[in-house]
Amino acid sequence: MLRRLTHLLVVALAVLAMPAYAGQGVPKPMLTIENPGECVAPPEVIRRTHMDLLKHQRDKTMHEGQRGTKSSLNACIECHASKKTGSVLGGNENFCQGCHAYVAVKLDCFECHQPRTGMIKAAGVKP
Amino acid sequence: MSESPQAGRRAFLGATAAASAAGLGFVALAPGVQLIKFAAAKTGAEGASGKVRWGMLIDTTRCATGCKECVSACATENAIEPGSGRPGQSSQWIRKIELKEQKTGREISLPMMCQHCAEPPCVDVCPTGASFKRADGIVLVDRHICIGCRYCMMACPYKARSFVHEPLTQQNPEVPRGKGCVESCTLCVHRVDKGQQPACVEACAKSGHEAMLFGDLNDSNSEISKRIASTATSQVRADLRLDPGVRYQGV
Repeated sequence: MLRRLTHLLVVALAVLAMPAYAGQGVPKPMLTIENPGECVAPPEVIRRTHMDLLKHQRDKTMHEGQRGTKSSLNACIECHASKKTGSVLGGNENFCQGCHAYVAVKLDCFECHQPRTGMIKAAGVKP
Repeated sequence: MSESPQAGRRAFLGATAAASAAGLGFVALAPGVQLIKFAAAKTGAEGASGKVRWGMLIDTTRCATGCKECVSACATENAIEPGSGRPGQSSQWIRKIELKEQKTGREISLPMMCQHCAEPPCVDVCPTGASFKRADGIVLVDRHICIGCRYCMMACPYKARSFVHEPLTQQNPEVPRGKGCVESCTLCVHRVDKGQQPACVEACAKSGHEAMLFGDLNDSNSEISKRIASTATSQVRADLRLDPGVRYQGV
């Protein structure tokens, strides 16, 4: 009797919980792509390896002083910052934050790096 | 940036090509025989070279008492904010020091910053390898590796390093800085890599004092090498044998 009751309870709970999983899941991030076009690599490569590209670049720049090469974080920001906020952060439609919020990966870069564009001085070489 | 990334790249390549073309020089070897020579137009892609050792010569006889052009230029370039009401905690990459000889009353003024030692004690003591010396002699902190232990601050005899205590938001994109890391003068490495001068040197020249001279200590033809070969200059705390890259004249 108790077993049957438990079984019933489990089924009832499952039915109750159904609508929450009804084929939608967590909504996909709706990113505003400000400059559609070709990136430094195909999107599927970038999605999987951008962190490796950036890490490689960071060591090259920091330790060897090589600047202006293709996987620079400043170059990402210059191209991908939202035109509304001028930043890659600030909302889930913004480039970096949107995806990172979706996959629940903490975004540490911008504790030191500037997430806003338009801050590169006119006198300086492009990022 | 309103243009497409492709157009941006194209413009960049175009600019690089134009810069190379402008840097083309013809060296006549003999009548009718010419060698095309590329001038060293730096784009930043070359990287730091071990053949170079960047250094600075500070002429204290030209450095004006009370002038803080170098300090404010550094703060602007590297986006060093005064901090939120705790001046003792704010970062200091360069500071002005006024010295007076008690017996004679002679007063001098000089800027003091990271001396970019050839044998940097901060690098020796760093437990993580965050403190390092680049091939061209510039001593830096890699914030990706720094754990903020501040051992280097204790080791530095020049009190050149600061610790960032509070979150920052106004960074220069080319000078990432953030809470929890130690930092110091980078000799404006982001400018040097592009063939420019450090901001303090530029500001000092602009103010008319021209007390700071930046250049390659390894190149015997550079202005700085010629000056240190012909005039009496000294390193601060030379007794420590750290071989600083910053030299002072008239101390």
